[in-house]
Amino acid sequence: MSNGVDNNRRHFLTVATSVVGGIGVAAMAAPFLASLRPSARARLAGAPVEVDVSKMDEGERITLSWRGRPIHVVRRGEDAIERLGEIRDRLRDPDSDSSDQPEYAKNEYRSLKPEYLVMVAVCTHLGCSPSFHPDPADPAMGSDWPGGYFCACHGSRFDLAGRVYRGVPAPTNMDIPPHRFVDDNTLIVGEDAEVA
Amino acid sequence: MQNKSNQGGGTVGDWINDRLPYRQFVEDQLTGYYAPKNFNFWYFFGSLALLVLVIQIVTGIFLTMSYKPSADGAFASVEYIMRDVEWGWLIRYMHSTGASMFFLVVYLHMFRGLMYGSYKKPRELLWIFGMLIYVVLMAEAFFGYLLPWGQMSYWGAQVIISLFSVLPGIGEPLAIWIRGDYLISDVTLNRFFALHVVALPLVLIGLIFFHLVALRQTGSNNPDGIEIKENKGPDGKPVDGIPFHPYYTVKDIVGVGVFLALFFAIVFFAPTFLDLFLKPANFIPADPLQTPEYVPPVWYFTPFYAILAAIPDQVGGVIAMGLAILVLFAMPWIDRHPVKSIRYRSFLYKALLMSFAFGFIVLGYLGLKPATTLYNELALRFTEFYFMFFIISWVYSEPRSRNYYYGAFAIVVALIAVIDLVRDMAGISWIALLVMIAVTAFFLLLPAHTRLNESKPVPERLTS
Ligand code: HEM
Ligand code: FES
Repeated sequence: MSNGVDNNRRHFLTVATSVVGGIGVAAMAAPFLASLRPSARARLAGAPVEVDVSKMDEGERITLSWRGRPIHVVRRGEDAIERLGEIRDRLRDPDSDSSDQPEYAKNEYRSLKPEYLVMVAVCTHLGCSPSFHPDPADPAMGSDWPGGYFCACHGSRFDLAGRVYRGVPAPTNMDIPPHRFVDDNTLIVGEDAEVA
Repeated sequence: MQNKSNQGGGTVGDWINDRLPYRQFVEDQLTGYYAPKNFNFWYFFGSLALLVLVIQIVTGIFLTMSYKPSADGAFASVEYIMRDVEWGWLIRYMHSTGASMFFLVVYLHMFRGLMYGSYKKPRELLWIFGMLIYVVLMAEAFFGYLLPWGQMSYWGAQVIISLFSVLPGIGEPLAIWIRGDYLISDVTLNRFFALHVVALPLVLIGLIFFHLVALRQTGSNNPDGIEIKENKGPDGKPVDGIPFHPYYTVKDIVGVGVFLALFFAIVFFAPTFLDLFLKPANFIPADPLQTPEYVPPVWYFTPFYAILAAIPDQVGGVIAMGLAILVLFAMPWIDRHPVKSIRYRSFLYKALLMSFAFGFIVLGYLGLKPATTLYNELALRFTEFYFMFFIISWVYSEPRSRNYYYGAFAIVVALIAVIDLVRDMAGISWIALLVMIAVTAFFLLLPAHTRLNESKPVPERLTS
């Protein structure tokens, strides 16, 4: 005690006030930061999309939007399916071990039915949408090109199952969304198939 | 004088001054503030940055009056400003040209700081506030670029936000938090608008205020790098100083005149400036399903973007890019050489700084170009050189023994070799590797055997 001032008490009150005030500020910050997360409306926007695939030709691709992202549906022909097996050693993750897909699409075709590829056409590097180059030996892609995808942003290459090549910037295969067939002609993107 | 008005009478000025001491302010900050008498061309850019800031704020306010921040309305409202709003095209082109000129001016301003050692003691905080301004300015430009909702806006933002999702663990939730959605959408546009128009301009103005307070505390450096405060006359004023007003206000007005002539030449005759200031693809509305052929960032980001793309590893590239900016903050503690100005530094340091500036421009060029094997190789080498600049500046900070230079040389060469060994690319390019070793030898072995790294004597007084 000096001059009637209790310094211990003053120190305690200063610290206590700062701590309580600090907690108050942090508690107040939480709702503001949380308000920046996707709103209930944004979370609901992921409704499934239905597609009619009966009119697709071999080698044809259609683009649709699910959760605002580009989804490509590709109908692969016999020979295209065959070529998927021949380029294993040029791929970084041929068995999709570190890539994102539903369990039923973790196979060489990365799809439910080998004929139909259903894929989120977003490059796993930095999110550009790669362009579709289905023809083997496409002059722009070189003579040993078996058909696939090319991302112009930083040059990543993928095969016709969205599997990434070695030595390009993209680290993993492109994502496969949940999808299922209602019947032979109708595909639903955004709902899981009940597989046995 | 001040007392007179208290006794009644006096002018309106006296009346105001008794209530708001503006005369004291003018005296402290302008007529009685002494600045070195030898400011040159490079000292225009601080006041020009303030001018551009004013241009951006005024044009920005008027754009906001006609712009609609929604995914449905944004692109059309910009077209509306360009076509239907009276003089809307002028206001918009002033704002878009102003953004690029802001960076041009700030880059020159920063380079001046590097040349004259203006970041060194006692101006470390001044420099750090400058760097904070620079980082906030980049964020401000990035948020603004999304607003027209063109193809480049959309995919540029997509790529940059994806940079965050690369961070292990927290990356994806962080990217979703920034976007407020699972993809760039109306929500993202709306919040970027709020940040661009309200939040960051306020932060920027606050930082500029502190920048100037710190400047007034230490006083300006100058092209000779000599502290004028250390040599005061009998009246207590620096012998080599002149009052900021009228001398430098008048000088700065000349700079403003020339700058505005160039500025409006661009606004009127080349508002897209060879597609560097405004990209053609941005005259197409954003399409979330279709990426444009090629998505280069705006020119003022390209040096750092080239560093990102040069590193063949995703996480490594993002780290290198962040480091390239952060390392500049540490400049006052990296280069501790007692001589401030480039005028009196050694031949080798001059060569080093000039090569650094050249390399930065080359990186900027490479960042604009689609990746080819050659460009990739060049980008990697110039990235290595970018970082080497800081290591060599550190080495040059004081006289070193011969063995120290040998050791530094060995370490730098080892670092370069390690990078070559671990990269997953078309293999080592031996020519490029040899060039890198030769450059390292030039900067780290010559000081051991020649007198090329000796600085010149610094004069007592300012030279001109
Ligand atoms: C909006 C952006 C900025 C504004 C409005 C601004 C304003 C100014 C002004 C008016 C001056 C005094 C005049 C002059 O020396 O040219 C100054 C000096 C200075 N600025 Fe900035 N500045 C900005 C950004 C920066 C940045 C990005 C840096 C560096 C990282 C920086 C570093 C410095 C330094 C070191 C000085 C003292 C220079 C010397 O005395 O030699 N400034 N600034
Ligand atoms: S985004 Fe596809 S390669 Fe970078």
